[in-house]
Amino acid sequence: MPADVLQLVLAGLSTGSIYALIALGFNIIFKATDAINFAQGEWVMMGGMVAAALYGAGKMPLAGAFIGAVAVVAVVGLLSERLVIRQLAKPTPLVVTLLTIGIAICTKSLVMLTLGKNPAGLPGFSGDKPIAVAGAAVQPQTLWIIGIAAVVMVGAHLFFGRTVLGKSMRAAAAEPEAAALVGVSPRMAMLVSFGIAAAIGAIAGVIITPLTLTSFDHGTVLGFKGFSAAMLGGLGSLPGAMVGGLVLGLLESLASGLISSAFKDAVAFVVLLLVLFVRPAGLIGKGQVERV
Amino acid sequence: MSYAPGALARRVARDRVRLALVWAVMLAWPFVAPNEYILSLGVMFLINLVLVASLNLVLGYAGQISLCHGAFFGLGAYVSGVLSVRYGITPAFGMAAAIAGTTVAALLIALPTLRLRGHYLAMGTLGFNAILTVLFNELVPLTGGPNGLAGIAPFGLFGYELDTPRRFFFVAWLLAGVVMLLILNLVAGRIGRGLRAISGSEIAAGALGIDTFRFKVAAFSLSAGFAGLAGAMYAHFNMYASPETFSFFTSVLLVVMVALGGWGSYWGPVFGALIYTAMPELLRKFQDAELFLFGLCMIVVLLYLPGGIAGLRARRRAAAPAAPRASAAKEASDGAA
Repeated sequence: MPADVLQLVLAGLSTGSIYALIALGFNIIFKATDAINFAQGEWVMMGGMVAAALYGAGKMPLAGAFIGAVAVVAVVGLLSERLVIRQLAKPTPLVVTLLTIGIAICTKSLVMLTLGKNPAGLPGFSGDKPIAVAGAAVQPQTLWIIGIAAVVMVGAHLFFGRTVLGKSMRAAAAEPEAAALVGVSPRMAMLVSFGIAAAIGAIAGVIITPLTLTSFDHGTVLGFKGFSAAMLGGLGSLPGAMVGGLVLGLLESLASGLISSAFKDAVAFVVLLLVLFVRPAGLIGKGQVERV
Repeated sequence: MSYAPGALARRVARDRVRLALVWAVMLAWPFVAPNEYILSLGVMFLINLVLVASLNLVLGYAGQISLCHGAFFGLGAYVSGVLSVRYGITPAFGMAAAIAGTTVAALLIALPTLRLRGHYLAMGTLGFNAILTVLFNELVPLTGGPNGLAGIAPFGLFGYELDTPRRFFFVAWLLAGVVMLLILNLVAGRIGRGLRAISGSEIAAGALGIDTFRFKVAAFSLSAGFAGLAGAMYAHFNMYASPETFSFFTSVLLVVMVALGGWGSYWGPVFGALIYTAMPELLRKFQDAELFLFGLCMIVVLLYLPGGIAGLRARRRAAAPAAPRASAAKEASDGAA
């Protein structure tokens, strides 16, 4: 593989990992509510902003700022469910979707009011000096992103597949009444879904900040990309989030390097629409598509 | 909601009278507006009303989430605008082309996605909005790119240019009135009932013999055509179009306006369009806290007024027989406020 293509592939894998994490958060809430969560991107932005504030103004060590930011955003996610979504008498996907737009607007403006409008950054986790990989110059942060995203993905897989809490959350999402009969509280499951989705979003936000900086208005685009990745892989599918994210990231990176950086989004979205038309369940969705 | 046949007919007749009254009153706007700027807000309100009311057809009546109404608005503006600036085609033909173009684009999205049950329309429209935003920005020789498309010709009537808000107001008034009347006739009839049935339950609607696929496709492409009309009106009124007006955020905001006004209600979009038109002005006054207040208001309306602002009256009327005193007192206090 020529060095410049390798460079594009690595860049694509790292943005793809970020998209995959955002898509994972989307899917967790989609499973629990059947709604499209517009706040997901804002939680990503908030993770980066809070970490930068803790590190810069709070003089915390990098690892502490990372954990602190994830904790703060997870609490915001929990509060969003408890104070807003929980109040709905009859939650329908349409109303929950609209409410998440409101949550997104509030989150974004709260970050702007408390942390300001200036872009914020973080140093790379192991310095900012590029390292050479097979002739390509790579930021060490790229490898951190891919590694941390992989760990989170495996963690989520184990959590939903092996732990009692994870399994009961899946049960509550699939069949709330039956789950309640066997002692699983669907409300609790919903609350935990929002907390986990927000925490995963925050992780994505913290690890991308050293490469791209962040500011209060970055969330919408990130959420938009994450949602696209989720549908590319198959809405609601956890492995789908990973595949969708990586494919979208690679498509964007290769399209911008080999075709035209101006049209990279258009290329990515045309492919996405084609996939949607040919395989509506997504690249590795389970194929439960109902035709009308 | 269900009505006895007679009740529905009476309701529609009443809405027709109301529409005529509201439109007659609106004709006074150019004469009472204190300056050109306030007058132009009236024109923007009419354009926004076409936008919100047409989105309400899809979102409110048929219950389908569409996330590219802003892109249809933009497509209409750019089709008509580019034809005018680059090819010197008169606005009336440009407008027809804008409506045709957006309707065809909508069909292309609707045919594959609406066959499937679920969020597929939301996904398809989201992608479509993204693609159009890139095209508006990058097809610089045609659209002028991020700097926008300047020099769009205003409407003309027998050689008389409608290039000021005062002159254009009457065109917008007429076009928006026609759209509102068409929508009223549509939702009052078989199609409106079919769409409401689909939004209630697609399976039940299908079982009743409604061709749910065709109804959804028809509602979506018609709504896109109206958005294209709104776009052409905007382009020839503003004589300028820029990509950021038609971003994904615009599409999301329009969805919000349908919800705030009251989705699936005929008069809801009037309130939604009022908020959408007034919002930038209000936001300028509040500066930074504004966005937060807006988000908060939105959450409160969605949680506690499921019918939106238009639902307020219906709720009050429903509560009235049970507690006439309380509701009278509430009305009095509302009036005082």
